[in-house]
Amino acid sequence: MQGQMVIMESDPNNIIKEVTQSDYKYGFVTDIETEYAPIGLSEDTVRYISLKKNEPEFMLEYRLKAFRHWLTMKLPKWAHLDIPPIDFQDIYFYAAPKKKKQYESLDQVDPELLSTFDKLGISLEEQKKLAGVAVDAVIDSVSVKTTFSETLSKYGIIFCSMSEAIQNHPDLVKQYLGSVVPYTDNYYASLNSAVFSDGSFCYIPKGVRCPVELSTYFRINAANTGQFERTLIVADEGAYVSYMEGCTAPQRDENQLHAAVVEIVAMKDASVKYSTVQNWYPGDKSGKGGIYNFVTKRGICKGSNSKISWTQVETGSAITWKYPSCILLGDNSVGEFYSVAVTNNHQQADTGTKMLHLGKNTKSTIISKGISAGKSNNSYRGLVRISKNAVNSRNYSQCDSLLLGSTCGAHTWPYIQVENKSSIVEHEATTSKISEDQLFYCQQRGMNAESAIGLIVNGYAKEVLKQLPMEFAVEAQKLLSISLEGSVG
Amino acid sequence: MLLSIKNLHASINGKEILKGIDLDVNQGEVHAIMGPNGTGKSTLASVIAGREVFDVTSGEVIYKGRNLLKLAVEERAREGIFLGFQYPVEIPGVSITNFMRTAVNEVRKYKGLDPLGGGAFLKLMEEKKKLVELTSNLANRSVNEGFSGGEKKKNEIFQMAMLEPTLAILDETDSGLDIDALRVVANGVNKLRTKDNAFMVITHYQRLLDYIVPDFVHVLFEGKIVKSGTKELALELEEKGYDWIRKEQRDNGIAG
Repeated sequence: MQGQMVIMESDPNNIIKEVTQSDYKYGFVTDIETEYAPIGLSEDTVRYISLKKNEPEFMLEYRLKAFRHWLTMKLPKWAHLDIPPIDFQDIYFYAAPKKKKQYESLDQVDPELLSTFDKLGISLEEQKKLAGVAVDAVIDSVSVKTTFSETLSKYGIIFCSMSEAIQNHPDLVKQYLGSVVPYTDNYYASLNSAVFSDGSFCYIPKGVRCPVELSTYFRINAANTGQFERTLIVADEGAYVSYMEGCTAPQRDENQLHAAVVEIVAMKDASVKYSTVQNWYPGDKSGKGGIYNFVTKRGICKGSNSKISWTQVETGSAITWKYPSCILLGDNSVGEFYSVAVTNNHQQADTGTKMLHLGKNTKSTIISKGISAGKSNNSYRGLVRISKNAVNSRNYSQCDSLLLGSTCGAHTWPYIQVENKSSIVEHEATTSKISEDQLFYCQQRGMNAESAIGLIVNGYAKEVLKQLPMEFAVEAQKLLSISLEGSVG
Repeated sequence: MLLSIKNLHASINGKEILKGIDLDVNQGEVHAIMGPNGTGKSTLASVIAGREVFDVTSGEVIYKGRNLLKLAVEERAREGIFLGFQYPVEIPGVSITNFMRTAVNEVRKYKGLDPLGGGAFLKLMEEKKKLVELTSNLANRSVNEGFSGGEKKKNEIFQMAMLEPTLAILDETDSGLDIDALRVVANGVNKLRTKDNAFMVITHYQRLLDYIVPDFVHVLFEGKIVKSGTKELALELEEKGYDWIRKEQRDNGIAG
């Protein structure tokens, strides 16, 4: 069964009319010397990256296979997105801070870099002391500093950059890299497999419950540099980990391409919680600039009773193309997807999930909250497939859209395929507007329109926000309000 | 004088609803506004609160010596005007605690006061809950979501207690209430009555006025206040019904 539902909003609306937005609050550029790969993309570029990173032969081969496959592929056109043509020969595919060293203490880190962290509010020094959050900070593709790795190593947990993992744990990388998202998967995943620069690697051994939230901050920092992150998380039998990914990016006029791949493997009885707050530069009020965020995120519940839970708060990027998914292979495995996607001004988002039920008694939950303002377009696209063997499986999906104003669009594209008779699939969808009554009620109690909208929107997204780890929840709430600033007249 | 309304005309979508209202309210007074359905009672409340769908075509409203009609909705609220809604709207996912904290602190900010911290705010809430006999766990629920009619109205009175307005307008707060809820609402109002604030109680029935004793009763009919008096007027109305007013108006019309 396949269904689609499109809701467009066109009524003029008296109170929500003026669309402006505050300047991007994280726009600044750090002055660090950058070393570039030659502009453009060819086999030579791929070899350059692999050489620069001093990779073993198997990695180069993997990259080249991916690159050759990518050459045979065409840009996907099925999303409800208007994507300007991308000239892949006009992009630097690799940029690394030139002063490449192994840091033993913060004193050795480029002060410019540290001040960037300060502006982002993630001073490593503070992070070390605070809240038990280990941070693997990625600036322009190369991991600069990993904290808490010593504490983690006591538990046998590996948390490091992908480059380090390739050097130090090649067997694990060889075994799992591309095992969930093969290099043939899709256009952007193939591209990523060929040219990925760095990212995070995480391995939780059997029976270990990771004692801290693992967190990576990504940051695009050089003009015209594509960012191709590669993240791999493996939770062995009975292991548990909560992983947080957060993004901010400096203000830029050029469009920047971001094509990340995240893979998660959960073995028997393992559980992985992956939370994202995505706040890449969305472009200015007229739609100029902004990040293209074309991401492939997928997890496999490989063993029985395993669980993978995705939570995302998406407020940034000019264009978002992203479907964090779960392959529910193990019997009794559980997949979850909680999403808030906010679009304002000229932003476009086509986001959702895929829940592929293969094992018996598998369960999935999808809660998606889309919020559109300005002239933006916000689409939910989700696939629930229950295979013949996935008997007694269940899915519950709830897709809500909230419209602010009369010039934005909200779209829902649910795809449901059920191949056995013992499974149950439920899908609920609503579309609503912040009503004049709600605004008046709040204003009559003394709130201005912007606090009222912030309050109403946060209430609307509450089901998703409460899934976030504490550290993220407060930030996410602020972000929702900030993203919609100026969306009422 | 707290509020002075002179020759107020207001319309919606070109249709005139208020056709020349004159009303003065002093601090310490309770005014009951009565009248049949569709005569402009709720419109009067909405215009004072600043609802934009209504166009004020002529007349003036002076509140605390200022031209009220020039103030934004939230400024009127921060200056002490409270509207108890006839149909309070639901705000899913927003707890009453969070809602009230945002409201109270925005009002405090306007008055140049520091925001109330979590502890102090919860203490204030407990105090006011007690004052208005709000015993249920209402405060942890989302604003008006799934509330019964009575719960919604009690919640309005609770919010009024929290915000301590100078001029509270209760728009048919008694409609749809059983006798117990009515008593709770009325007791809340009576406890909040001081010599410094004033109430405009809009009601269709005399019943509420058994509990909230007004200083003045006004009868609104076809967009005008056609009769004013003391609480005895309400009893007379109850006895004779609104047909009495209709007839009198008709006779006046013929006579005039």
